[in-house]
Amino acid sequence: MTRITPRTRRVLIGTAVAGVASLSLAACSAGATDTDDALEEGGTITVWAWEPTLEQVVADFEAENPGVTVDLVNVGTGIDSYTALSNAITAGTGLPDVAQVEYYALPQYALQGALQDLTEYGADEYEGTYAPGPWSSVTSGDQIIGLPMDSGPMALFYNKEVFDQYGIEVPTTWDEYLQAARDLHAANPDVYITNDSGDAGLAASIMWQAGGTPWTVDETTVGFDLTGDEGAQRYAEVWQTMLDEGLVSPIAGWSDEWFAGLSDGTIATLPIGAWMPANLEGSAPDGAGAWRVAPMPQWEEGEVTSSENGGSSLAIPADAENKELAYEFIEYANAGDGVQTRLDGGAFPATVADLESEEFLSEEFEYFGGQQANQVFSESSAAVVEGWQYLPFQVYANTVFGDSVGQAFLGGTTIADGLAAWQSTLEDYGTEQGFTVE
Amino acid sequence: MTTTRLLTVAPSVTRRRRLGTTDRPRRSVTLTVLTAIVLVYSLIPLIWLFINASKTQSDLFSTFGLWFGDEFALFDNIARALTYDDGIFLRWFGNTLLYVVVGAGGATLLAVLGGYALAKYEFAGKRAVFAVVIGAVAVPGTALAVPTFLMFSSMGLTNTPWSVIIPSLISPFGLYLMWTFASEAVPTELMEAARIDGAGEFRIFWQVALRLLAPGMVTVLLFTMVATWNNYFLPLIMLRDPDWYPLIIGLNQWNAQAATAGGTAIFDLVLTGSLLTIVPLIIAFLFLQRYWQSGLAAGSVKE
Repeated sequence: MTRITPRTRRVLIGTAVAGVASLSLAACSAGATDTDDALEEGGTITVWAWEPTLEQVVADFEAENPGVTVDLVNVGTGIDSYTALSNAITAGTGLPDVAQVEYYALPQYALQGALQDLTEYGADEYEGTYAPGPWSSVTSGDQIIGLPMDSGPMALFYNKEVFDQYGIEVPTTWDEYLQAARDLHAANPDVYITNDSGDAGLAASIMWQAGGTPWTVDETTVGFDLTGDEGAQRYAEVWQTMLDEGLVSPIAGWSDEWFAGLSDGTIATLPIGAWMPANLEGSAPDGAGAWRVAPMPQWEEGEVTSSENGGSSLAIPADAENKELAYEFIEYANAGDGVQTRLDGGAFPATVADLESEEFLSEEFEYFGGQQANQVFSESSAAVVEGWQYLPFQVYANTVFGDSVGQAFLGGTTIADGLAAWQSTLEDYGTEQGFTVE
Repeated sequence: MTTTRLLTVAPSVTRRRRLGTTDRPRRSVTLTVLTAIVLVYSLIPLIWLFINASKTQSDLFSTFGLWFGDEFALFDNIARALTYDDGIFLRWFGNTLLYVVVGAGGATLLAVLGGYALAKYEFAGKRAVFAVVIGAVAVPGTALAVPTFLMFSSMGLTNTPWSVIIPSLISPFGLYLMWTFASEAVPTELMEAARIDGAGEFRIFWQVALRLLAPGMVTVLLFTMVATWNNYFLPLIMLRDPDWYPLIIGLNQWNAQAATAGGTAIFDLVLTGSLLTIVPLIIAFLFLQRYWQSGLAAGSVKE
């Protein structure tokens, strides 16, 4: 007898795209590459992605290219989609032609040689098209293994009404952030400066902004310094202080309690990626007008540093069946007309031209009380600290974060001890996977 | 007269009668409290679900969980759940029905055929079959899901409805239940009488035995139906295409939609969808419950 097995799974709504009325627009191709023929020949490609704005991109692409069918399938988000992709790569069957892969997961597929090198199709012409952070994420050695779809420069989202109500200044440094956390919670015990139940992505972004390199990757040699690294220590100190003083709400991100807290002001700030506005508008509509965006708190007064949080690319599996047509599609979606379509849908760009365009910068966000929030995001994008690398097994690392560092959020251990435990887990795993661990 | 009759009935009945509440009511505070706790424990999630399915998303975030919000939006929510994303909910509903009708129905049919044969016919290896069936009851379906996935993957069956239906067809517990039930409910004498009248074995099965087996069949049907309706892990690993999702996977996908960049939280629709999802099961139970009761009793009491 089969039974229900409760298991959390982060997936997103199916994006079955209805057939599009074949409005034959004059097809204008972007650049003369050898993949253009594939467009004229037509055919079908399968795209595994969860990003909601792609639906319209697919519809437009099909309308512009009669004879081309794009099968957009949502096989789950994050870990689930990578499990599906890894299974398909291992099995060698059922591979998609295009897969949405977040920047943190790219190195692990690149290292296996599972992704197509796009320089063959002329992707190197796009160097300079994208912000340096996303571009360095899609380059692996001299290969280009995907085209950046969006980016997530960090910013501090804060509830202005709550700060005003208690007469507290919006923090510009992490020291001030800590003090604001105390003041807010003292003013109203229901209010927390932020929530965190042990989010690996946030921890990485904070360490990154603090100038940390908690791990170094050189091909198959991986070195760890989670205990001694300055960035990791800074993260541990601030977060441990907040945990010790009970200033962090233990609510897990993306839960209904989380959206409730964002709506009613009990979660007062979020250090998070620039893609967040669309989620706030869609999922916490009651917070409209209350929220604003500020630059990330700095580690040293007067500095301007930032980091990335999230962001994903479209990549082509090396064994995909229709790689030429797949390339035409990702070129359209991430460098061509699809970019504007996605921006209109609320996505955050990775393309320099859009990040710097007057139209983009002057956009007023109703949700943020008319603030031109993109200016903050754009400055953040330019201030991303260079030199950050993701582990070649970051997907695994993030899944076991909760078992070590996450325990500190439950009070079982400290963040410093948790980081040490995380490091030893990762060293063991790295060795098992055949990496040289230093 | 009544007293004498009472004395002649089975001892268990008289004992129950003596302890019964009508003659000498015996109240136990502990029992009452325990029962109340169990009742509340089982009803609160249902009540919570109903109350919260009637709220708008903003009421969901801002009002008390166990009472109604400012607006009674149940019907609006139902309409939106049914039409969201081109009515994908109805598609999932249809898929679930397909898996239940073909999977659970097929499992019941196979269990009835197999259970009857095992109960009423002698053949070599029957003890071995018995051992296998009992062993199979002990193996949770979840443990078999991954091996089944690998096998189906090499057969090219994954991501098709077959990958959910075929494993659902097997119900060792149903087979065992039908086996026990058939050996009690179908008197061998009746079969022999039919044989003497010249009926073949198939005719005996279809025209004589099947009627007697009906209560047991309903019981097995209910078990397999609930199992298939609630089956999560199997479709989760087998299916990649949302068009083939059953409700339970689809609802989970709606729930997870909140957790991605650019995704919109639709917790209100998830709740309404969950409410709609349990309605058919409740209806099935109300209709089939009496058979379930008599079905279970029929196998246990010697007539």
